[in-house]
Amino acid sequence: MQQSNAIVMSFAVEQGDFKTAGEASSKIKSRLLQLGFPGCLIRRVAVATYEAEMNIVIHSYGGTIEARIVPGEVTIFARDLGPGIADLDQAMAEGFSTAPEEIREMGFGAGMGLPNMRNCSTKFSIKSEVGKGTVITMVIS
Amino acid sequence: MGNTYFHSVTLDKDLCRGCTNCIKRCPTEAIRVRDGKAKIIDLRCIDCGECIRICPHHAKLALTDSLEHLKQYKYPVALPAPSLYGQFDSAVTVDQIMAGLLALGFCKVKEVAYGAEFVSRATADFLREHSSFPKPAISSACPAVLRLIQVKFPELIRHIIPLASPMETAALIARKELAEEGYPPEEVGIFFISPCAAKVTAVKNPLGTGKSAVDGVIGIAELFGPLSKEIRKIQKAPALQRSCGGGIGWAVTGGESRMLAGLPYLAVDGIVNVSNVLEEVVMGKLKGIGFIEGLACVGGCVGGPLTVVNPFMAKARIHRLAHAKTSRDVELPAYPAWQDIRLPEKIKPMGVLRLDQDMAVALQKMEQMEQIAQSLPGLDCGSCGAPTCTALAEDIVQGQADKVDCVFKLREKVTQLAEVMVELSSKLPPSIGKG
Repeated sequence: MQQSNAIVMSFAVEQGDFKTAGEASSKIKSRLLQLGFPGCLIRRVAVATYEAEMNIVIHSYGGTIEARIVPGEVTIFARDLGPGIADLDQAMAEGFSTAPEEIREMGFGAGMGLPNMRNCSTKFSIKSEVGKGTVITMVIS
Repeated sequence: MGNTYFHSVTLDKDLCRGCTNCIKRCPTEAIRVRDGKAKIIDLRCIDCGECIRICPHHAKLALTDSLEHLKQYKYPVALPAPSLYGQFDSAVTVDQIMAGLLALGFCKVKEVAYGAEFVSRATADFLREHSSFPKPAISSACPAVLRLIQVKFPELIRHIIPLASPMETAALIARKELAEEGYPPEEVGIFFISPCAAKVTAVKNPLGTGKSAVDGVIGIAELFGPLSKEIRKIQKAPALQRSCGGGIGWAVTGGESRMLAGLPYLAVDGIVNVSNVLEEVVMGKLKGIGFIEGLACVGGCVGGPLTVVNPFMAKARIHRLAHAKTSRDVELPAYPAWQDIRLPEKIKPMGVLRLDQDMAVALQKMEQMEQIAQSLPGLDCGSCGAPTCTALAEDIVQGQADKVDCVFKLREKVTQLAEVMVELSSKLPPSIGKG
């Protein structure tokens, strides 16, 4: 059940689906505009959500993006089905990337995804278990 | 900003048949059909002219001035857009076009293509001196794109290069030169010869500047006939052209970008394409691009809704003219520099898509909208007068439409009613026996 005064939007993100990556970000963004969120916050949500979508597309077996919107605050949950990250500190370091060469050639996988997401967030948390998956929670306000 | 926003794009009610072509094509969902006629929502309209192009009944018009308006001024000055040059045979020179304009009753002709060269120089200088300016920097030349950003991409306003358009720059140059030649400023009337409706709106409601230096706007289509006639009469035209290829090239997509040598650029045309690119900028998807030239019309200004010739034909002619004179003999004067054409005011976000000024109320409305949208068929047929089922849901929540505006909902209601009637018809009053 939705609480009153909260909008929840969720999107499935497929592994390797570069074509539709960005759709969640774009739809959440247009809602925020209708709700009257300021431009700078919309921008942070859009960037963080897009990076999260791309991470699921590139690195995971697929997952979901969920946005929970309340007045003045947006929370993005990015969940995937694995493989999970063994060393979170290393993953969070700027420039560290496990993306294969062909992904880098497409202009992705520069090792800035997670740091970018953290920079856009007011509160950022990442939990991961190898073999199970990763959950990222970003509060942007 | 009240409801008094002037728009060039308007409707001829007599011609409108209430079809749904325009509502489906509008990039900001600014049109509804009400009482069998299209209705433009002023604050949402960005004057891109898509509806003018798509309307099969030619019911969408651009309000512009006519040659009659020249009489209001003792010294009317023509500011031809470079796209005007693309409207004539390649054999017709810029000098002949300028002479033709003089023959129509203008006392001077000042080329916007010449003004564009100053804007190119100013843009390069501005970006060099403001190395931390948000990238990609977005060109401020196309007024429909500026309005699109104001309505749909407020987060990108700070990327807009705060410099005046070639039109305003040319007007500034014209005013200065005429003043120096002793023309009394109040008797000078400056008329932009425009390929588009958005420029008319930009003159009446300038963005980022208190008042436009332009007094009137005449659509190219409006004077094409009389101008062609005058051009045919010209034997020998005086050498008036001051523009060269770089400035003329602004008439087509990529022309502005090419003048900024060295800056990695992206040039995009067509309002929907521009919107898609801006969407990617917001997400941070476009990396390594320093400058974006976004033009609302396919082909660039030569594709403007007030032009006459096929845009691709016009583009070929522009290329030819631009190649005919690639460099200038006389260097551009120092004035105006970027400081002289800097927009004095900040462009403000419009917030017109907001469901409510109170965010909590907006959230409630959005929840209702979602519920209503789910109950609608999702065919986006447009029969209700709104472009999509989601737009109808929004209109219902805002009290501007009713659920039974949807023909499918209406049919459901009728079916229910019919069922009730059938049921009632089988019921007999107790006083009547079953026989």
